[in-house]
Amino acid sequence: MSENKEMIRVEKLNKSFGDLHVLKDIDFTVNESEVVVLIGASGSGKSTMLRCLNFLELKNDGKILIKGKETDPKKDDLNKVRQRVGMVFQHFNLFPHKTVLENVIEAPIQVKKLKKAQAIEEGKKLLAKVGLADKADEYPARLSGGQKQRVAIARSLAMKPEIMLFDEPTSALDPELVGEVLATMKELAQEGMTMVVVTHEMGFAREVADKVVYMHDGRIVEVGEPNELFDNPKEVRTQEFLSSIL
Amino acid sequence: MLFFTLEELKELYLNVIKIGEALLDSRGIFWEATQLTLALTAVSIFIAIFIGLFFALLKISNIKPLEYVANIYIFIVRGTPLIVQIFVFYYGLTEIAMISGFWSATLGLAFHNGAYIAEIFRGSIQSIGKGQSEAGRSLGMNRSQTMTRIILPQAFRRALPPLGNQFIIGLKDSSLAAFIGLAELFGVATTMGANSFDYMTWLLVSAVWYLVLVLLLTLIVGAIEKKMAVSD
Repeated sequence: MSENKEMIRVEKLNKSFGDLHVLKDIDFTVNESEVVVLIGASGSGKSTMLRCLNFLELKNDGKILIKGKETDPKKDDLNKVRQRVGMVFQHFNLFPHKTVLENVIEAPIQVKKLKKAQAIEEGKKLLAKVGLADKADEYPARLSGGQKQRVAIARSLAMKPEIMLFDEPTSALDPELVGEVLATMKELAQEGMTMVVVTHEMGFAREVADKVVYMHDGRIVEVGEPNELFDNPKEVRTQEFLSSIL
Repeated sequence: MLFFTLEELKELYLNVIKIGEALLDSRGIFWEATQLTLALTAVSIFIAIFIGLFFALLKISNIKPLEYVANIYIFIVRGTPLIVQIFVFYYGLTEIAMISGFWSATLGLAFHNGAYIAEIFRGSIQSIGKGQSEAGRSLGMNRSQTMTRIILPQAFRRALPPLGNQFIIGLKDSSLAAFIGLAELFGVATTMGANSFDYMTWLLVSAVWYLVLVLLLTLIVGAIEKKMAVSD
């Protein structure tokens, strides 16, 4: 693993919704194959931060560099950038009118102009990878939450992204279904996928993350390796947050 | 304890028989009229769906001038009677172009139904959660791909029940084409009524035809709804 190859660099990122200043001077970097977990109370800006990275939210100020290249939403084709940065949502957002397989092959066919036969072949492989080969022809309404989220991961992977963003991927799941989704994510991390994950699953953060980022009130308060940050948080705010959730 | 006297019941019975006979005897001419009614309805609704989709997209475009255009159109259509619109199309269009009564009525009906269909589509498009377009966009799909592949198929399904309702209204409203001289169901009924001095019989005959058409339309829309519900 080339530890130092920079995939994402964020400099002095600021974002406001009207009068509400949600992200304040955010600086952070993600290296290739790194798993970065964002933690913090709700309203701390971690989801907004994540959404800025694939430009579902547009920054007000600052720089976002993907693989060293700055993206300007006014000039650059954001659709191209988004093809390289996959996203998994809290509420899955599967396309309910399409079968599981159709969900997975939709973007490769429409966006990458892949031949249908090839897209199906690759899609089936991805479904097998997330353990849902037998559900290819089901509609999402028939799946459990955990299965839906695994399909969403497969759908995102079908675009062969270089970076995957996860926005609270297990928060909408029944407790007994959380494990299967985390296992899929862990597998992905082990294969070397660059991942940025917003989650409340501290066990996952501790086990899988290379770096944990604690956010509070729109700022990054502390960054560290999981053991360091969970066991010896330096900042008082981090200590308070961790003691409130553990 | 009867609500009617025997005499009255007998008269009612004879009247029903009479209308039944009129229905059978006139089936040829009313079938002709039905075909015209169906053509008016089908063509005008077909055009109205495109008009409706177009103005619905203007309304949700987030571009103020386009929204105004759509709002003015809907305001005019909803604020004036259909019969006035049909006459304006009839006299207005024949002034500037050689156009038949059929096309004046069809375009008038399409113009009218388009506004209601625009509101139906706008509502159903906006009822599709923001997460759906975000999912599409996050996969690298552009705006129009996301709209045509992800949002519209779902919105169309949600629009079907109110659309079916609008189709039925459109079918019955096509009767107003009689006033610009078209021999569709209502037109034929009034002509037959005038000729025989028996309006009631012929209006009831046309009512039976309308009921059958609406019943068929309801069944067709129901079947489509059922077919599109496979993903539930």
